[in-house]
Amino acid sequence: MADEKRVWALAATVCDPEVPVLTIEDLGVLRAVHVDSGSGADGAERGETPVVTVEITPTYSGCPAVDAMRDDILSTLDRAGYRDVTVRTVLAPAWTTDWMSDEGKAKLEAFGIAPPAPRGTGGRVGLGLGIRCPRCGSLHTREVSHFGSTSCKALYVCQKCGEPFDHFKAH
Amino acid sequence: MRHTNRAISTAVSAETIERELEEGLDRPSDAVARYALGLGDDALILAQRLGEWIAHAPELEEDVALGNIGLDLLGHARSFLTYAGSAWGLGEDDLAYFRDEHEFRNQQLFERPNGDFAHTIARQLFASVYFDALYRRLTSSADATLAAIAAKALKEVEYHVDHSVQWVRRLGLGTDVSHVRMQAGLDAMWPFVDELFRPDPSAAGLEGVAVPPEELRDPFDRTVPAVIAEAGLRVPDIPAARGGGRDGMHTEAFGHLLAEMQVLARQHPGATW
Repeated sequence: MADEKRVWALAATVCDPEVPVLTIEDLGVLRAVHVDSGSGADGAERGETPVVTVEITPTYSGCPAVDAMRDDILSTLDRAGYRDVTVRTVLAPAWTTDWMSDEGKAKLEAFGIAPPAPRGTGGRVGLGLGIRCPRCGSLHTREVSHFGSTSCKALYVCQKCGEPFDHFKAH
Repeated sequence: MRHTNRAISTAVSAETIERELEEGLDRPSDAVARYALGLGDDALILAQRLGEWIAHAPELEEDVALGNIGLDLLGHARSFLTYAGSAWGLGEDDLAYFRDEHEFRNQQLFERPNGDFAHTIARQLFASVYFDALYRRLTSSADATLAAIAAKALKEVEYHVDHSVQWVRRLGLGTDVSHVRMQAGLDAMWPFVDELFRPDPSAAGLEGVAVPPEELRDPFDRTVPAVIAEAGLRVPDIPAARGGGRDGMHTEAFGHLLAEMQVLARQHPGATW
């Protein structure tokens, strides 16, 4: 168990290559860590190699950042001495921005990307909340395009300060 | 020191499938694989068509939007093709790059040339409403892998529906020229709609796993004519094309699409990128 916590902590240092202020833990992309220490608790003392499996989930089906995240997890764990590591990509349950940590949302906003709002939970009336400009804080903003520089972002413009900005879509 | 750290392909992931095969679980039967192949080909070919717009769309935001939609579809295609190929010992690249025209199972709507922007938007409207209806049903498939791919894809396809509906409205209710061109786009793509709802031999016999295409006609008919009417346009009254994409019959435009998509992989076999 202690080993799984350590591997999780190491994997959780890997950042999104497109949004380098967010770790894969902040994003909710890091889903699970399994460590099989071989034959019992004294396996490590006998020099056996723990078998590590890390599970991640892609944000969007075609997101190419998944490849970079996987390589970074492998090299991070390799540097920490884990030689038998498999990174699995799991699709179910499908990723949602609701898994993003509050800390992650705060980091996003400080970086200049408006964070995702909570998703509606199937209520009767869909309420689109105003997206706050990460530069001046105004709610007087407008969506320019639902599709932005990466799959997970939409392009907005602030009507108060006039600056364009990215919004991480609630998904 | 033993050093076996390995990276695993994305998609539903070749590795997940390999592991499942080792455990003797969830390997798709030949019938399920053939069904998944058709779904994968639909998504792959439309992704390729949308990619042709990059640097050619009417405005920068649309370059980005159509590219993003294509990327989502490519992700769906990779998952379906990886799963299908696992039944036959083939990878996603074998299926995408080393089959000839008559071996592709995509329906003909998805291979239709882009035409002008309104033609592409008409194709997007029909395609995304169809995908939305299909994946909504496929999420409750008895095949857990197909259900997982569909659940993931559905969230993305909802954006694609939204994108095309907004553009049909904007062009239909825009200028005289945009109205005429949007109608021309709908008319050009309409003959290829009927094929989407014809009984599919690869879905027959897969009760509870595959979605019978004829059952998707109803949600399509409840959505698309209303969108067209709201945009001040006419629902076309044009006879259906012959179809046959699921049997490997394709339109003339398809060979040119494949030539461009496959040339690199075929000229440099084994190349990685």
